[in-house]
Amino acid sequence: MSSILFFIAAIGVITGAVGVVVLRNPFYCVLALVIHLLSLAVLFLLLRAEFVAAVQVVVYAGAVMVLYVFVVAYVGGEGDSIGERLHGTVGAKGPVGSGLRLGGALVGAGLLVELLIALLGTGLEAIGGYGAGYSPGPRTFGTPAYIGQLLLTRFLLVFEIASFLLLIAAVGGVVLARRRGGLGEEDERDVLTPLDLLRPLGTGTTAEGVGAAPALAQGQREGAHETSESRVRAGTGGAA
Amino acid sequence: MSIAWYLAVSAIVFSLGAVGVITRRNPLVLLLCLELMLNGANLALIAFSRMWGNGDGQILALVVMTVAACEVCIGLGMIVALYRSRLPIDVDELRELQG
Amino acid sequence: MSTTTYAWLVLLFPLLGTLVLALGFRRMPGRLAGWIGTGAILLSFVAAIATLISLQGHAAAHRQLVSSLWSYASTAGVDGEVSILVDPLSVFMMLVVTGVSSTIHLYSIAYMDKDRGFVRFFAYLNFFVFSMLLLVLAGNFLLLIVGWAFVGAASYLLISFWYRRTTATRAGIKAFVINVVGDVGLVLGTYFIFKHTGTLDFLKTFHATEAGVFGPNSNEADLVAGCVLLLVGAFAKSAQIPLHTWLPDAMEGPTPVSALIHAATMVTAGVYLIARMHPLFERAPAAQDVGAVIGAATLLLAGTIALVQTDIKRVIAYSTMSQIGYMIMGVSVGAYAAGLFHLMTHAFFKALLFMAAGSIIGAMAGEQSLEKMGGFRKAMPFTYGCFIIGGLALSGVPPFSGFFSKDEILLVTGERGGWHWALYAIGYLGAFLTAIYTFRMIFRAFHGKPVPEARELEGGHVHHAEVPRNPATGEEEDTDVGFPGPTHAIAERAMPMRVAMIVLAVGATVAGLIQIPKVDFVIDDFLRPSFASSPLYEPHTKNGLLVFGLVLGTLLALAGIAIAYRIWVARPGLAPALQARMPALYSLLAHKWYFDELIDALVVRPAASAGRFARYTFERRVIDEGLVGGTTGLVRAGSAAVRAAQSGFVRYYAALLVLGVTGVGFYFLLQS
Repeated sequence: MSSILFFIAAIGVITGAVGVVVLRNPFYCVLALVIHLLSLAVLFLLLRAEFVAAVQVVVYAGAVMVLYVFVVAYVGGEGDSIGERLHGTVGAKGPVGSGLRLGGALVGAGLLVELLIALLGTGLEAIGGYGAGYSPGPRTFGTPAYIGQLLLTRFLLVFEIASFLLLIAAVGGVVLARRRGGLGEEDERDVLTPLDLLRPLGTGTTAEGVGAAPALAQGQREGAHETSESRVRAGTGGAA
Repeated sequence: MSIAWYLAVSAIVFSLGAVGVITRRNPLVLLLCLELMLNGANLALIAFSRMWGNGDGQILALVVMTVAACEVCIGLGMIVALYRSRLPIDVDELRELQG
Repeated sequence: MSTTTYAWLVLLFPLLGTLVLALGFRRMPGRLAGWIGTGAILLSFVAAIATLISLQGHAAAHRQLVSSLWSYASTAGVDGEVSILVDPLSVFMMLVVTGVSSTIHLYSIAYMDKDRGFVRFFAYLNFFVFSMLLLVLAGNFLLLIVGWAFVGAASYLLISFWYRRTTATRAGIKAFVINVVGDVGLVLGTYFIFKHTGTLDFLKTFHATEAGVFGPNSNEADLVAGCVLLLVGAFAKSAQIPLHTWLPDAMEGPTPVSALIHAATMVTAGVYLIARMHPLFERAPAAQDVGAVIGAATLLLAGTIALVQTDIKRVIAYSTMSQIGYMIMGVSVGAYAAGLFHLMTHAFFKALLFMAAGSIIGAMAGEQSLEKMGGFRKAMPFTYGCFIIGGLALSGVPPFSGFFSKDEILLVTGERGGWHWALYAIGYLGAFLTAIYTFRMIFRAFHGKPVPEARELEGGHVHHAEVPRNPATGEEEDTDVGFPGPTHAIAERAMPMRVAMIVLAVGATVAGLIQIPKVDFVIDDFLRPSFASSPLYEPHTKNGLLVFGLVLGTLLALAGIAIAYRIWVARPGLAPALQARMPALYSLLAHKWYFDELIDALVVRPAASAGRFARYTFERRVIDEGLVGGTTGLVRAGSAAVRAAQSGFVRYYAALLVLGVTGVGFYFLLQS
């Protein structure tokens, strides 16, 4: 029974993976990855990692992939055709970039072979077995309680650092994606707030600290003067 | 199924992800393939954890997932920034750090 | 003060003169530099006389004094000291050098009067005198070589004195290069001698040689090699064949330089060397024979070339070469006193001839060609008189000094007998030729129809060229630094020139009287302590040969003068006719026996083409392109290859990463 389930899940995993690599439209790639993740969760379950499987579905497939969908919808980006990917673009912009398709595939194949040899070909006998013994219970291997206890005792530091990392990532994401303006956009500088009407311009700035603030205030008042004057003149000029 | 099967699947997923990283030009898909590699590693970790019967591998898999989430967040943020600056969304075009 | 102290003073004064003039040359008002230079040499002459008097105060057997200032280098058995050897030979040379130099310095004050390089000239002249004195006073091979080299350097500086003339600079280089060849010979010869004696000091070397350090026989290989190499040095310095080609070209220097260096002093250094090294040469008769033969050959060759020269200074130069040939021949056959006596008299009359030549060149405003001169007899009587005195002394007409000295050399040569009779005959033939070419020069310049410059001078006005030119090539020059000055001095008008020439004329006339054969032996007796160990130093015994030689010499001289008179004065058309009848011989003589061409083909061209090969082929291909270009090209190609890896493509980097991981994993797989 578990074998059949294993094979179904494995096929799902591999299909999903292949889909990510091969499909042209990025949206379809995301969907393929979701399938991959869900099948992977099944595999985790088969390996008695209940909590991890649940986290995989909820966090990975649920949150991360949703985020991905949003971004793909916003950014889009076209995929590249199979022909391009295999034989390089016409009028390639750089010989190295476009010539990597076949080479990349070969490298991957080499890597696969090597990994298989490393994992299976060495003298590890334990992988021939089914793993250590397992007896079900509320705090046994793989349950949330078990994970939780590990997290809070042996792996406390890891836990804390991981949360710190999440914080940094959140802040970083906000910073990266916010709207930037350089020196400040034009329409922002001249905006007067009620507070500016109550106190002179340049209050609290370094200019005030070094004694140049009166000039700023002067300029503001004159500027206000001039604009009103010029408007009056223009008006009279226009009238006359 | 013995653990070996899981490891084989893990290796296949990992190399597929590597091929994808090298081959794809769209940075979004590139990141997806990177996720694939991470997932392959996760599967191997869980498999070994089952083999030994202690939870270290699972904790590590959790941490890997956390890191993957963070990385996705940052990577997507960068792509959004690229898109906003009207730069082409193509890793072959973005090569100013060359020479 | 002791004898050696006086000798050190002799060395000191010219050195001080040089330093004062060289360091203070910007601050010399007027002609002060000339008086400083002359004064330094005069003081030196006075000190030399003091040395002489003091030396004669010692007993005859103790007249070889060595004085060492400090030990310059003494390592590994080489004793290098700063030491001088004061003995009759060096005192003799000192007196000649300082005496003639002081007259020439005096002459130069007037001759170089308007030259922009006046101070530089006297600085160089003083330096030269210092070097020459160092050479003759040296007490060991080290100082000899130093003095030898300095003299060569001074000669180069003075020949190229008018340094903006290309002919002058080329002549200077030629002289210097040939002198360097001689220097090499000198140093190698010193090595061969030092190898056996183990000492550089002269007296110790001589004692060791006489004690048989080189071997029991005469003509030991090392000794002969050493002496022949020393002869190479002597030949280069004294302009003997085959290293003689620099001397005629050296006439590019100002006339006082020609008088001092290339007549009286530097070219006699070779004669001095052979005389000084006589203990070595007497044990290597083969080397002596080489010297005698070369001396005779040069004597004859130079005499024949002088017959057809048209530049007045070159005629005198070739006559110098010829007379030095006599001296070399003399000291090589053992006539030490005679050879040195001839050195002294030759210094007098040759310097006088050069000075007179300078006077007439001044009247011609720098022109030196005999073909453009003529009939100066009425315009320049003083110069004419000096030429006659010098010419008679040179030709060997009694009672002038040249007669006694030259005949004594030939007498000793004849007394040696055997194959030396050939040298005897050549010597008299040379005397005959000497008379002919000397008086050819005098008659052509002073007799015949006066040329325009002579007429101008008769009218009281020295000729002045509108455009100063190089007399050899006719190039235009200006009269600023590096070229001769705007005015030229003649003896009739400049007192210093006249005084100097009178002193030398008196010397040329009466100097012979101190060594009249069978009557007085002043030179013989004076020099005996230096040559005490020589078996060849003996008074003359064959009276018959003596009388025969004297009579023959006189007759040949007079005959030569008569022939010259006939060809160039009485029958003016005869000279061109003779020239037309013997074109091949004339061409041979006019080309100086093709020595210049020979040396050019054998030495200069191969050296030049080797240099061109090195520059264009070897240097360019092998070094620039191969070694330097190769390494840089390699580095450049390598960095280009590495740079190609930095493409900027992210996926490329990723691929490299994966490849790397694969590689590392493969390695570990293989390990296990």
